[in-house]
Amino acid sequence: MTSSTPHLATEIEAATGINPATCYQCGKCSAGCPMASESDLRPHQVMRRVTYGTREQALQDETIWLCLTCETCSARCPNACDPARIIDAVREIAIESGQANLPRNIGAFHKAFLEQIRTNGRLHEMGLVMDYKLKTGDLMKDVTNAPAMFTRGKLNLRADKIDGINEVRRIFEQCGVTP
Amino acid sequence: MRGDPVTTVAEDVTVPAAAADAAGAKAGRGIAYYPGCSLHGTSPEFDESLRAVVEALGIPVAEIPDWNCCGASSGHTTDHLLGVALPARNLALAEAQGFDRVLAPCAACYNRLSAASLAVATEDGLAERMPEILGRPFNNTVSVFNAVQLLHEYGPLIEERVAASLAEPNPLHGVKLAAYYGCLLVRPPELAGGDDPEQPMMMDDVINACGADDVEWNMKVECCGGAFSISRTSSVVRLGRSIIEDARRNGAEAIVVACPLCHSNLDLRQKAMTERGERPLPILFITQVVGLALGLPAESLGLNRHFVATDQFIEDLVTRAAARVKEEQRLQAEAEAKAAARAARRAEAEKAKAAAPAGGEAAPAAPSDAAPDAGGDA
Repeated sequence: MTSSTPHLATEIEAATGINPATCYQCGKCSAGCPMASESDLRPHQVMRRVTYGTREQALQDETIWLCLTCETCSARCPNACDPARIIDAVREIAIESGQANLPRNIGAFHKAFLEQIRTNGRLHEMGLVMDYKLKTGDLMKDVTNAPAMFTRGKLNLRADKIDGINEVRRIFEQCGVTP
Repeated sequence: MRGDPVTTVAEDVTVPAAAADAAGAKAGRGIAYYPGCSLHGTSPEFDESLRAVVEALGIPVAEIPDWNCCGASSGHTTDHLLGVALPARNLALAEAQGFDRVLAPCAACYNRLSAASLAVATEDGLAERMPEILGRPFNNTVSVFNAVQLLHEYGPLIEERVAASLAEPNPLHGVKLAAYYGCLLVRPPELAGGDDPEQPMMMDDVINACGADDVEWNMKVECCGGAFSISRTSSVVRLGRSIIEDARRNGAEAIVVACPLCHSNLDLRQKAMTERGERPLPILFITQVVGLALGLPAESLGLNRHFVATDQFIEDLVTRAAARVKEEQRLQAEAEAKAAARAARRAEAEKAKAAAPAGGEAAPAAPSDAAPDAGGDA
């Protein structure tokens, strides 16, 4: 970390108004976390790492990408530390600084999802799945479900494009997001 | 309003007095409807059943023209501002149309729309920046609510309609339904709409208003795996299995949801969750449950679109309801016959008493002894 780079916790506090050091490690968040059993770090450990770990360690951690944003941790935190919001902020900083180490599938999904919105203004599931398959190379994923979804009227072949698509593109530009 | 004729198809703008009362002054100029992508795509049955139910209850709703996707988890996971601005455009559109309430039935859309409204109201400088980001005026004046809150608000009217004599008996009477809220209807707690975020009851209340029985169980607010449906299916199967097993253990005959993501995770992926030959558990939208209780046809509620087939389940409910009504009628006929027999004996006794000479000693004793016995055997 160079002197010009602020400490991660300071940066997080600037973005969210929450100082992650106020977490006193009671572990209530981790007790309720649905992904705790699949993650290397549980929520209270993420809180500790963003405060005391190195910047690289925290930003390159894969665990933050396994967060489902179910917000059970934040709802139960007795000290209003809002781990879900902190994790969201760390993900944002990780993407901006190019250090994000997100599992390929999850990254591909978010990217494909946002591309759909930027292109049509609405989500076109068929387009999303095709794009996701191309990005991950997992071409056979869920292929067997497609015909049944189609006959149940759950898959539209054509995308639903909105008239105000330029307004949506403007929002993406204004927020500095290019999927 | 008990005397009002029960209409199933309401005119576009007429609101039954009870409905208007229920909505109160909050209704303002009607309700703007934000279906969101799922209700137009993978969960058309949520849209169909919602429209059928609001029509039957006479609640005026109008779709927001040219709405855009709320960004879902991909939006705010990528960029906080994007996660606020995408839903805010829809609120701005509803505001421009003069609405003061937006109905977002999809739990994820509801969550994103109300989180955006909350962020603009509370975060420094966001309100000022919004018009520039959106390229249109935005004063953050509309409130957002979901399908559970809407149906809860109309709970008394639903109860009244269900209790009113229908052509067919209510198929949901006494059926055990587990209300599954998941994450987005109750978290963060500020968005729970006054419900308890750990032990919510609004959907349970609606289930009871329909004549069904809510189930007490443990997984009401656990996460189903949400957005990992495609990108990390193994997690969804693990989480969904524990939800379905707990509902079954507590006697649920079906799980009721108000989120298209919860629905597709528990319905489409249920096959992978149950491998021990248990009977699959139907997953119903709360709007479908209300529709069934109101006597709307199953096709109009999109019940044929589910992966866990519902036809046998509904057929069983209808058979049970018919048997229940038949049994009730039998018991009533039996009670009436007993009452009639008692009345006849009483009349006979009185007749005998009147016929007996005044001051006679044996006559009055006999009928008063015989009456209770005879009544029991009739």
